[in-house]
Amino acid sequence: MNADVSRAPDSSDSGYNFAYLDERTKRMIRRAILKAVAIPGYQVPFGSREMPLPYGWGTGGIQVTASIIGRDDVLKVIDQGADDTVNAVNIRRFFTRTTGIATTERTVEATVIQTRHRIPETPLQDHQIIVYQVPIPEPLAKLEPREAETKMMHGLAEYGLMHVKLYEDIARYGHISTTYDYPVMVDGRYLMAPSPIPKFDNPKMHMNPALQLFGAGREKRIYAVPPYTKVESLAFDDHPFEVQRWEQHCALCGAKDSFLDEVITDNDGGRMFICSDTDYCGQRRENLAAVPANVAEAKSA
Amino acid sequence: MYVAVKGGERAIENSHLLVSEARRGDPSIAEISVAQIEQQLRLAVDRVMTEGSVYDRELAALAIKQAAGDTVEAIFLLRAYRATLPRFGYTEAIDTLKMQLRRRISATFKDLPGGQVLGPTYDYTQRLLDFSLAVASAECGEPQTNPPPPTSPEQEFADVMALLGAEGLIEAQPPSEGDPVPADLTRVPMTFPASRAERLQNLARGDEGYLLAMAYSTQRGYANNHPFAGEIRFGSVEVEIIPEELGFPIVIGELEITECQMVNQFAGSKTVPPQFTRGYGLAFGHSERKAMAMALVDRALRAEELGEAVVAPAQMQEFVLSHSDNLESSGFVQHLKLPHYVDFQSELALLRQMRASQSAQSESSI
Repeated sequence: MNADVSRAPDSSDSGYNFAYLDERTKRMIRRAILKAVAIPGYQVPFGSREMPLPYGWGTGGIQVTASIIGRDDVLKVIDQGADDTVNAVNIRRFFTRTTGIATTERTVEATVIQTRHRIPETPLQDHQIIVYQVPIPEPLAKLEPREAETKMMHGLAEYGLMHVKLYEDIARYGHISTTYDYPVMVDGRYLMAPSPIPKFDNPKMHMNPALQLFGAGREKRIYAVPPYTKVESLAFDDHPFEVQRWEQHCALCGAKDSFLDEVITDNDGGRMFICSDTDYCGQRRENLAAVPANVAEAKSA
Repeated sequence: MYVAVKGGERAIENSHLLVSEARRGDPSIAEISVAQIEQQLRLAVDRVMTEGSVYDRELAALAIKQAAGDTVEAIFLLRAYRATLPRFGYTEAIDTLKMQLRRRISATFKDLPGGQVLGPTYDYTQRLLDFSLAVASAECGEPQTNPPPPTSPEQEFADVMALLGAEGLIEAQPPSEGDPVPADLTRVPMTFPASRAERLQNLARGDEGYLLAMAYSTQRGYANNHPFAGEIRFGSVEVEIIPEELGFPIVIGELEITECQMVNQFAGSKTVPPQFTRGYGLAFGHSERKAMAMALVDRALRAEELGEAVVAPAQMQEFVLSHSDNLESSGFVQHLKLPHYVDFQSELALLRQMRASQSAQSESSI
């Protein structure tokens, strides 16, 4: 067709549907989501579309969010736990432009949270949906790149390959050397990649009241963990699963229980540790400011 | 202090302004128009249309302008636009035998019905920089020799494949049983093993440079192809649809396309006598390098079907097809620019722990 360039949709966005995708595409994606919820941890293929953001930058999560979001939803977008990192800002701007809905940085206020690489420290609730951006949905991909093979392994629940990998880690290093995208078993059936969240966040997936949806745009897969579903990080009886711990506290809010990012502060290698979850950190500082210092001291001790 | 990631919103807006400024370049130089790109950078337009999977010269030219000449970025722009277009229906299969030829060559026969037509090609130019192009010129010369009579749409020239097929020297290519509707990989993701229809769709959208390297590898011994360029055609074909309310085909426009039929050796098997086999390439516009590379890779990917050992990368479906799309590859490679503080922190902590336990061990062993 010979489109008239002057009439092509411009930056005013008037030429696009609510949340960018057309309704037929949304329906196709919703069907994939329903199937994913019905078979927890199973990767459902879907007709992923080219989005106006690059593959690998969250197109799967964006398509899932675009398909489930409504005019009354409140959206929060985080990357590395933070609302103000450039990619989170960009994706939030995309949804503001294409939906006009309300956005928030507060975890408790959001109805839909799109995330890359973190689960918020504040526990999620049963009216919330968390949408993960997934680069590689196949947990076995690094061990077996052929999809025809991994599909069969999932079909037969044959996950020996992964157990051998973890065992070899222990034999070589004395411990399992996977620190993020740490494989989990969902509802005792499917091995699942939790996306590259730190293994620190894995326990939060277990019996979580919120619906957890995972979108991989480039790899064209959607999968899900329904609310209150068992999610177990792989481990051995004599080498139980452990999460990261820090010797430091957050330099800003004093938290000892949150995932800490290391920030280099000067040329001499000076560093500080701060919460990766900016909302959690901000809320704690507000609360600390609201109570007398000696009470705060006692609380954080 | 901890301010580096703050102000992301303003930084993004400013980077948009900077990229516009960089695209425009020196404002004292005249701005390039979309029409100029469409007319004078026609091969770039062809590539963007082919890999962007939209036949629209004007939009492709616009994308090239917006992308400041970065073809892969232009392809991305066009694809993202394409994804929002409604789908009214499917055209009838185009008939390349009815192509109005601007170029047609065969490397397998010295002459053949319709003759060899060189047309507009860089093949026999000597690659010397033409400094006369550095100054704007009025006009170019007309071709001097008797031009071959322009082919009319009524003329049909049997292709080389038909000539070989008459003797049974090349594999027949009947439609699959029941002539099923081919899968559409823009709607349903590919599963492996992929049908030939899906493979060809994937290759048609695939990155030219990638396919070229894959094709080249088959010529250098990573899969043995022994190919001959049976026929390469470039010209325009009519596109027809059958509107439901009419029930007969009507022409809705013309496409310029390049088609390559590659002829490959095949020793035969117990059930099949020795004969040539085919590899097929098709691209929008004048895109010979792409069409030829595609034909070689198509043939290499038929290894399993033809009972050949799958030993080289170009023969491996999952390897070739999962990495051919430059939106996917460019996006994922460049996503490494995104923040990875959390994963990196996790790895950093692990590395420190491992180094600490190693030095503790070596100390205790002293």
